[in-house]
Amino acid sequence: MGEFRVKCYVSVEVYYTDDGRLIPLSVEWEDGRVFRIDRAEEPELAVSESGSCGERYRCRIGSSVTYLYYEDPAWFVEKKVRFDQK
Amino acid sequence: MNMDRIILHSDMNCFYASVECMENPDLRRIPMVVGGDPENRHGIVLAKNQLAKNCGIQTGEALWAAREKCPNLAVKAPDYHRYMDYSRRARKIYLRYSDRVEPFGPDEAWIDLTGSPVLSRMTPRQTADQIRKTMSDELGLTVSVGVSWNKIFAKFGSDYKKPDAVTEVTRNNYRQIVWSRPVRDLLCVGRSTQAKLCEAGIYTIGDLARSGRGELRRLLGKNGEILWCFAGGFDVSEVKKLNEKTVGADYDIKSIGNSLTAPRDLVSDHDVKMLMYMLGESVGMRMREGGFRCGTVEIHIRDKELRSFTRQRKLARPTVLTEDLVRCGYALYKENYRISETAGIRSLGIRACALSPADDPFQLCLTDDPIRMERSETLEAEVDKLRRRFGNNSVRRAVTLGDSMSGLNIKADHVVHPVGYFA
Repeated sequence: MGEFRVKCYVSVEVYYTDDGRLIPLSVEWEDGRVFRIDRAEEPELAVSESGSCGERYRCRIGSSVTYLYYEDPAWFVEKKVRFDQK
Repeated sequence: MNMDRIILHSDMNCFYASVECMENPDLRRIPMVVGGDPENRHGIVLAKNQLAKNCGIQTGEALWAAREKCPNLAVKAPDYHRYMDYSRRARKIYLRYSDRVEPFGPDEAWIDLTGSPVLSRMTPRQTADQIRKTMSDELGLTVSVGVSWNKIFAKFGSDYKKPDAVTEVTRNNYRQIVWSRPVRDLLCVGRSTQAKLCEAGIYTIGDLARSGRGELRRLLGKNGEILWCFAGGFDVSEVKKLNEKTVGADYDIKSIGNSLTAPRDLVSDHDVKMLMYMLGESVGMRMREGGFRCGTVEIHIRDKELRSFTRQRKLARPTVLTEDLVRCGYALYKENYRISETAGIRSLGIRACALSPADDPFQLCLTDDPIRMERSETLEAEVDKLRRRFGNNSVRRAVTLGDSMSGLNIKADHVVHPVGYFA
């Protein structure tokens, strides 16, 4: 079964450094679960498969790697959806 | 010998439609257009995606005509704020290559690479390709880029091959590429200029370049000579510098204007007065926000048959007052147009020109009443404050009451499209 990605806005806890950089610390998923981000790399401008573009943070949460997008002023992640769910 | 300049012109393909498709991937799979609101008589195609293009839909076409060609067409209302956001991001990308970036509307820009350090690593063509790739990677949009030694041929190059392509117009190939094309493809040649040129036997850009400069001056006046320079590749106009902080909103403001295609035709003096006040409020407020006074008022009228004209008048003294703007505009209208049920007006515009800083001293007339003027200025400034706090329609002129059009929020809906080449 094929799958595609849709944009899903999320709440993010962010640390602002003294020079104005943003470091995401944790992400709250739509069901209320909070995932602590173990490591967020420097952002780069990139296009999301789910549409739109923004500053993309490559984040490691536990053993998995995910992308968090900052589309000023909101944050979103790409949610995987199977074709039959649409 | 003087080195030729290296100028790029980047044009975002089907800009509005591409942004919509970028934001909403579902739209990529169906024919879609961005179109105005038919209820307000703005129902034309502003941009289309490739699938809609394949159905033969053209920009500027009425939406009903487009739907006839393609019954399952998706129509999206324009979201100018989003387009402006993409436009700013694109300009930031261009600024990585040079500080001389001159926008030409929201979707186009010239980039002058002459002397830019990037040319020590790459050829102009490679730079153009890299810009194309960056735009695709970071914004998800395709651009076509023209490379040449002057702005006109660079623009021609970006129109030559679309989408997502680079065209180099060099001193070796411009005769084959540019000169063989119809004269209409040249910047600043519109429908009526083309008709005049064709009448004189000038069909291609090459014909134009080979004609005598004097002959063109006789035919088209000063513009004839300018077009001759354009066609021959003699244009030397500079690519202006862009301020990196404001990315686009930093050009000297020369005038502030607002026009509107009314939801229905204007058929009486009262209609015109009402719309002129509404437009005048928007212009006046923006003028006061910018800290300007205007010395000249200009109006633009387009009638039902789409014939249009402009008229302007110098004011006795510079003003910041909406009242003065509209009074002058209305007088111009009364002197130049006779309105009736059959001779209705479709679109109306008012513009404040000859701007000067609001706190500059100016000469009063003997008959002026400075205390009264100051009172009026204070009153309008207070009304501005109320509108900022409670919305643009919170305080309205009595003339606008009781009409369906009066609910339009002209100032909030206003978007600046910088497009004039000579502006």
